[in-house]
Amino acid sequence: MAEAKTMTLNMGPHHPATHGVLRLVLELDGETIVKVTPHIGQLHRGIEKIAESMNYQQIIPLTDRLDYTAASLNNLGYCMTVEKLLGIDVPRRAQYVRVIMGELARIMGHHLWLGSHALDMGAMTVVFYTFRDREMIMNVNEELSGYRLTPSFLRVGGIARDITPDFVKYVREFVKWLPKALDGYHTLLTDNIIWRKRTMGVGTVSARDAVNYGMTGPSLRGSGVAYDVRKALPYSSYDDFDFQVPVGENGDVYDRYLVRMEEFKQSIRIIDQAIENLPDGPVKVDNPLVSNPETDEVMQDISALIRRFKIQCEGPAVPEGEVYHSIEGSKGELGFYLVGDGTSKPYRMKIRSPCFILTSALPKLLVGHMIADVISIIGSIDIVLGEIDR
Amino acid sequence: MIENKKEYIKNVSGCRAETGKFIVPLLKGMVYTLKNFFSKPITIQYPSERREVSQRWRGLHKLKTDDRGELKCVACGLCACICPARAISITPYEEEGGTRYPKEFIVNEIRCIFCGFCEEACPRDAIELTKVYDYVDYNRQDFDFDIAKLKNPEQFVFKGK
Repeated sequence: MAEAKTMTLNMGPHHPATHGVLRLVLELDGETIVKVTPHIGQLHRGIEKIAESMNYQQIIPLTDRLDYTAASLNNLGYCMTVEKLLGIDVPRRAQYVRVIMGELARIMGHHLWLGSHALDMGAMTVVFYTFRDREMIMNVNEELSGYRLTPSFLRVGGIARDITPDFVKYVREFVKWLPKALDGYHTLLTDNIIWRKRTMGVGTVSARDAVNYGMTGPSLRGSGVAYDVRKALPYSSYDDFDFQVPVGENGDVYDRYLVRMEEFKQSIRIIDQAIENLPDGPVKVDNPLVSNPETDEVMQDISALIRRFKIQCEGPAVPEGEVYHSIEGSKGELGFYLVGDGTSKPYRMKIRSPCFILTSALPKLLVGHMIADVISIIGSIDIVLGEIDR
Repeated sequence: MIENKKEYIKNVSGCRAETGKFIVPLLKGMVYTLKNFFSKPITIQYPSERREVSQRWRGLHKLKTDDRGELKCVACGLCACICPARAISITPYEEEGGTRYPKEFIVNEIRCIFCGFCEEACPRDAIELTKVYDYVDYNRQDFDFDIAKLKNPEQFVFKGK
């Protein structure tokens, strides 16, 4: 009797459908996958280590480059962790602007996911529409911060500057526009028979397995577990807003797709409520040890000048201690663990990246499927290599 | 949180119901594409056509001058201190009267990540990020901007042919 032989296939790291530089070593029996070994690290920049040599403000642009599809959310996670260590509360106006920026970033991330996921599976049209709408969010970012993809707009203790009237105008335009665009995406995909055949019953993971593998975010909710950090442990005024957590039932690629499509709508709801009820007031915390004094004040007051030198050279005065804080990123629960040793630089920064943990569940999701489904499953868990390798 | 659980959960798997239609959704999708085929293109024909960037745009650096045309900068080094990419290097110079100014002020525009922290840190409002965003050159050394280049970054705006 001839022995059944398996074939080893190397997928990536320069495969356009692996969403970055992910390398998968697949062991195939015919076309069926029997073993998967993900190899990561091609995009490793040592962000956690670099952070140890930078002060608390300088780390903000680094966090932009983790999940670069939704940069503001990383800023939010990091800034909130430092604020927790400092024990300060951010003014409500800043919290609302942060929520708007965060939700816009989430939509931006989902736009990129939807476009590339559909593109990988052969539906080329969708990517043009999602990138057209993504451009509108980039315009909002540009208006507010001056940069389109990596705004670096959040600061420890608030936001960098107050908002502009054009920002409100652009956000309202976008809130009005996106539901129409969403109908378009649904028209192109949801009922499409080819899309359904490629996604239904593929990459199924039960709620139990999803929890055991530590999956979070839309990938977990697709399996029917209604865990959302925004609801479970509300932060940054999220309990002021009325929104729902979409969940699926079957835990396959199609349910994860539906969950994310609904998340677009819920994010729009949050943004709409936040922009209409934007409170007045300062955008930075009134704490001389944390917030950078205004330039007008610096020109006239010597103590403000000294404070500016102190804060800019050393960053905010962060005490000794360790802290963990997590937020709902666009891919899942994004956590930051910081150890402060009383100096101007963190002793250690550890990032709990949702994508890294989702990647560890890839073998579970892939084994037993056909090779063509690899692309569909990688797309459905929505990984970004910038965050996995850090 | 657990008690009012049902309220905030929205089950989305209703869309799964088998429609039994195969051709109609495909045609609907094609009609949607066809409609957009006749809409106005949103593409900008860069570089012949350019969009106006926002007031807060973070482009090439500019060292501001005062009314007499002299640099506002006093070479305090705060921008170099906060710069996360370590792109700024300054050599200060002090005159006998105590006036400080930068003898050398170099911004490496390749290292720079345009985060705008230098602008935010400057106590004299002497450095700003302009709207110029498409500087190109042949040598890496030419991206080390000295004071002469930093005084007038607008000269690098691409004028077109």
